[in-house]
Amino acid sequence: MTEKTNLARRNFLSKLPVAAATATIAPGVVLQSTSANAEPRSEAVTSKVRWGMLVNANKCADDCSACVDACDKENGMDIHSMPEGADAENWDQQKPRWIRTVKLKDIQTGHVSKLPMMCQHCEHPPCEDVCPTGASFRRADGVVLVDRHTCIGCRYCMMACPYKARSFIHENVDIKPTLAPRGKGCVESCTFCVHRLDNGQTTTACQDACANEGHHAIVFGDLNDPQSKVAKALKKYPSQQVRDDLKLNPGVYYSGI
Amino acid sequence: MLKSCYTSKLAAVLVLLMIALPAIAGKNWRSEGNSKATKAEACVAPVPEMRRNHMEMIQHQRDLTVHQGIRKTDNSLHGCIDCHANIDDAGKHIPVNAPGQFCSGCHNYVAASLDCFSCHATVPK
Repeated sequence: MTEKTNLARRNFLSKLPVAAATATIAPGVVLQSTSANAEPRSEAVTSKVRWGMLVNANKCADDCSACVDACDKENGMDIHSMPEGADAENWDQQKPRWIRTVKLKDIQTGHVSKLPMMCQHCEHPPCEDVCPTGASFRRADGVVLVDRHTCIGCRYCMMACPYKARSFIHENVDIKPTLAPRGKGCVESCTFCVHRLDNGQTTTACQDACANEGHHAIVFGDLNDPQSKVAKALKKYPSQQVRDDLKLNPGVYYSGI
Repeated sequence: MLKSCYTSKLAAVLVLLMIALPAIAGKNWRSEGNSKATKAEACVAPVPEMRRNHMEMIQHQRDLTVHQGIRKTDNSLHGCIDCHANIDDAGKHIPVNAPGQFCSGCHNYVAASLDCFSCHATVPK
């Protein structure tokens, strides 16, 4: 009963900050503020929204790791120290990494392009297909997540992922981040900063960091909204999905590769 | 005569135990220490309901949060920790799963394992 009476108010409240934060600064240019004080989500996510990303590899600068560093900071990888007695070389390969930079070289022309690679948030995720417990799942708004309450750590998803996007936590974790809980024996990967999205923000940590560096190589937003920055950019520039031959329809697009 | 006296003594001890045990079991962990909860008027539900059903509430909420993204709630584990973590002399939060603290105190008493904190933070953010 109380739930019912509160819904109208909650609906009103959850829309309020968004409406207040959207301002038209010039014809056709809409500024959407990412207020951290927006209300946390009170309604279930729906498929009306599909979060996605466009990465412009031409703008991705050499020797820049701003997106990787920002992701590490946002999701507590920077406070995740090497377990006692672990081999340093193994640790470097096995520590959790949600986003990494990849260099591709065209053998014919010798052209090298650099791009950030992370979970591609597929429409038909192979990780979800192979998961024996249903822990890997695709949320209604297109974010592919691991429910670590049901993950048994079998790592089938890591083998199934064509993008090598997932990490496994091998040892006990000393400091646990509040926004990205982490523990021994579970798989994890990029969440499109889902805690931000659920709290009314519309940017990811990597996107913000890239913009702060002045590169603006990452555009994030709602693929289903024709007015969103990412949808407009996708319409304007040629782009492709990595391994589109697999027909997974990833939510991350790349241009300039 | 001797036998009946023994029986009555035993009965008296039993009655005493029956009174004393619930009193120990009903120890009010919330009122000890200096957490926010000691100053709060009430928890998110009446205390008897919290004692019996807090795990159901947290488990239900975790599914809603992970799968549906609902984070506006009274029943989050984050909320429990925010309210029930005590502060030590140095002004730092004491983990809720440290010996004698709110979560572990009761869980140790009833010998129920506590798995939340192998992944979740034990002090407020």
